[in-house]
Amino acid sequence: MFAAPAEQKEGRGVNGYAYDSQERNEMFKKLAILSAALAIVGTTEAGAQDFYGALQKIKESGQIVIGHRESSVPFAYIGPDQKPVGYTMDLCMKIVDEIEKEIGVDSLDIKLVPVTPQTRIPLIANGNIQLECGSTTNTMTRQKQVDYAYTTFITGTKLLVKNASGIQEVEDLAGKAIALAQGTTNERAIKAAIEKFNVQDVKILNVKDHAEGFLALETDRVDAYSTDDILLYGLISKSKSPDEYAVVGRFLSFDPYAIMLPRDDSAMRLIANRTLADLFRSGEIEQIYDKWFTSPIPGSEPLNVPLSDTLRTNFQVHAFPG
Amino acid sequence: MKYNWNWGILFEDPYFGWLISGIQWTLMVSAIAWIIAFSLGSIVGVARTVDSRWARGLGTAYVEGFRNVPLLVQMFLWFYVVPELVPEDLGRWMKRDMPFPEATSAILCLGTYTASRVAEQVRAGIESIPRGQKAAGYAMGLTTFQVYRHLLVPVGYRIIVPPLTSEFLTIFKNSSLALTIGVAEVLFQARQIENYTFQGFEAFTAATLIYLVVTMIVVLIMGYVEQRARIPGYGVQREP
Repeated sequence: MFAAPAEQKEGRGVNGYAYDSQERNEMFKKLAILSAALAIVGTTEAGAQDFYGALQKIKESGQIVIGHRESSVPFAYIGPDQKPVGYTMDLCMKIVDEIEKEIGVDSLDIKLVPVTPQTRIPLIANGNIQLECGSTTNTMTRQKQVDYAYTTFITGTKLLVKNASGIQEVEDLAGKAIALAQGTTNERAIKAAIEKFNVQDVKILNVKDHAEGFLALETDRVDAYSTDDILLYGLISKSKSPDEYAVVGRFLSFDPYAIMLPRDDSAMRLIANRTLADLFRSGEIEQIYDKWFTSPIPGSEPLNVPLSDTLRTNFQVHAFPG
Repeated sequence: MKYNWNWGILFEDPYFGWLISGIQWTLMVSAIAWIIAFSLGSIVGVARTVDSRWARGLGTAYVEGFRNVPLLVQMFLWFYVVPELVPEDLGRWMKRDMPFPEATSAILCLGTYTASRVAEQVRAGIESIPRGQKAAGYAMGLTTFQVYRHLLVPVGYRIIVPPLTSEFLTIFKNSSLALTIGVAEVLFQARQIENYTFQGFEAFTAATLIYLVVTMIVVLIMGYVEQRARIPGYGVQREP
């Protein structure tokens, strides 16, 4: 589907990538002098000087490092051939194509790095990865450290329970146990809801990721697991006995997903947003959506979640003219 | 690196409180696990030195079983697998009604694992005592129990204080693995602070310093114990 590197190399340092603005100004001055000198000598070498930040790093190394989630069905997860696939992965590959065009390279070496809710933000912030492709909610607090492209999916927090438990809403959790993935917006949404509705005596088990949260529910360690409802449908579709589980309750949060990018790097963000706006405008986004949300997907049954009106409007709003 | 530093975050409410509660969990998990490790390790270590072939075999099996499986794997085994293996009612109790299921599993795991390492040191201590001393004990009419009680165990322990210090330090550091099963110890809280504020570098620096301070205190205490427990004139040692 897309080229993955033959071998996964170790993560690299951040040298030569990120500069604070003062350093960058210094650098630009030097580059300006250098390019002036080169122009005098008569060379037409423009190349790397035109880029900064992530694009410069990508151009220099000939490699783009993409962080991806491993169990966020169908956004980014490990498919049957042990490579990450999914809706967000497809969108990211479109962005990689656009980056290749922008910097004039035939094909970039794509290095895939698995990330978790805890590692994704530091890895973007310290420059180890240049795109994060998964199911990351765009929040204002996170924007202090990272940047986001346009929203690509809209969902919210719900509960995953076993049918037999009879739980319907967050209020029914009184005296019950729930698993929550540390570092997710859902963790906070559920804790806030428990406080708001004054639900007594709820036991919370902290888990690392969706797979572990589902394991806790499957083995009856907890009565519910909570994350974005679309991911809960993904977990059910991959489980051994999908009939036993149900997604219940009202939306407890608003979670717009977006591809995460390095902060203070508007050239990189422009390419990502331009790619997405093109897809939104041409309607190609609906084909990609249908491929992952209404058709059978690699490794599991179709999710059967048709394009919602909210998401369709979101696509229309961000289909800026080219 | 593009990063907005904010060291003050560590002292803001509620993050400061989280760190304090993390320290409490780390100390509690490590201390109880050490009590288990020390007592169980002593029994297993002594068992590996006695004449009974059965006791020696059991001791060896225990040590090899527990020290040859990665600690992280053992954490998951105690937390996820053991409740599925025991009878259903007990398993359900372990998963739901047992007080602090995560911390209890972590304490049992750390304690039994470290016991295997303590046992090896106890055995090494006892076996380093010249054979003549044991023979002398028997010659004086002591029973095997008395030989261990008054001679081999007290002398053996005084020899192994330095390596035991290492084990004691390791148990504090290993307790950080308990976060993988959801125990809210120091590193867990550091990650939690990172998740809420995205000031991960400050939070992890704080965790590093906390571990350093705790382990330095242990080193000081054990240095004092070592001084007091040293057997004057025994073995090659530095002049006092």
